[in-house]
Amino acid sequence: MPLLRQIYLLLRKECILEFRVKYMLQAVLVYLIGAVLITYYAFYGRSGDLSPSTWNAVFWILLLFSSLNAAARSFLLERNERFNYYYFVTSPAAVILSKQLYNFILLTIMTLIGFAAYTLWMGNPAQDIPMYLFILVLGSATLSAALTLIAGIAAQTKHSMTLMAILSFPIVIPLLMLLLRVSRQALDGLDRSVLWDDILLISGIKLILVGVSFLLFPYLWRN
Amino acid sequence: MFQPLFRHSSPFAWWKLLSFVLLLYACVMGFLGNVPRLAILNETIRNLYFHVPMWFSMTLFLFVSVLYSIAYLRNPSLRNDTISYSFAVSGMWFGILGILTGMLWAKFTWGTWWTKDPKLNAAAIGLLMYVAYMILRNAVEDLDKSARIASIYNIFAFPIFIALIYIMPRLTDSLHPGNGGNPGFNTYDRDREMNLIFYSSIIGFMLLGVWMTTLYIRLQEWKNKKDLYTKEPVTHESSLGN
Repeated sequence: MPLLRQIYLLLRKECILEFRVKYMLQAVLVYLIGAVLITYYAFYGRSGDLSPSTWNAVFWILLLFSSLNAAARSFLLERNERFNYYYFVTSPAAVILSKQLYNFILLTIMTLIGFAAYTLWMGNPAQDIPMYLFILVLGSATLSAALTLIAGIAAQTKHSMTLMAILSFPIVIPLLMLLLRVSRQALDGLDRSVLWDDILLISGIKLILVGVSFLLFPYLWRN
Repeated sequence: MFQPLFRHSSPFAWWKLLSFVLLLYACVMGFLGNVPRLAILNETIRNLYFHVPMWFSMTLFLFVSVLYSIAYLRNPSLRNDTISYSFAVSGMWFGILGILTGMLWAKFTWGTWWTKDPKLNAAAIGLLMYVAYMILRNAVEDLDKSARIASIYNIFAFPIFIALIYIMPRLTDSLHPGNGGNPGFNTYDRDREMNLIFYSSIIGFMLLGVWMTTLYIRLQEWKNKKDLYTKEPVTHESSLGN
């Protein structure tokens, strides 16, 4: 079976499973929206007091924690028996790429809904909203690439949730620093040509992460 | 790559003596030699001989560690994993020394132990990656599994580490010498004598680090051998994490 077809089938399987147990997507969304509400109460409705850079920083921290939470479960549902089955019918490349793609879709939906909720409660000082949305999607893509393989590593240990956080923080912090800076520039409505350098760097890191996961997953998979 | 070095366990192997001589030269001349008078830096420029070699050695050791992680994935032998782990430990120690020498320098030049300079923070986050690597190793009891997933994490983290240490600080302004118009350690600022001391210090510290690592590897191998005979074998149930 060609790789693309395998990826498509695995992705469809993930979506069907997601649709059957709806509480998973709902749990992720409630987590993010709950966090937005906590921020709202913490600042007690005085969203006008927030400087744009604080607004941006708080939003990215919320996104980071909810993405961690969402991505951590990407391998927890897979039992050993099912992995044995995959071993016979698919290639490891298809499994990791479909998981990354699925996480990307999940994180994008989560991020966009979160952005709407955050705008509703905390206001929106962004001046270049299309660019900001593009950076959010780019951020989801990069985070999903980084977090999927780490979720796979963490799933092999006993304390996977704790390890997930410990292992992913140092990897995600550099990405987050870049994303914070570039989104701050979009927030201030700077000319788009200023942003391209950082966007290219982020995309480059994303490509490297996808490539390295693609090369490493076959070894992770072999139990 | 370093296999011929490991076989020589004599303390008088040529490269160990070379390391001693080079470091002796670098230490004596580093403190006594002439240095150019540059603004801001003044005498603290001598820290170049001790601070910068730490980062070069750290990068080399972490790179060797990644190479042995790749070797482990291709050929899972306990020896490859031990070498990879030992080099990661050495790299971490050199990184910590790099941060400490940098902090000492910063106290005398900038007047504070720590600033929000991108290079400092990148180094701290980079070390955090290797702390996470150590935690991951200890979190799994089964030796093979621990070695396998730690190797995977090691390889996965390395490109980000390099981007963090070498690429990202160059994109922002920094107070660090060599950035943002501060007098730097580039070739124009160094005279011939400084270059000689600087390069011998780099090579000396690298050889010293390899020497320390070979000792650590031998220690780890004895420990593994002892565990093999004394410890209870890890049963399948106790390592069942998933």
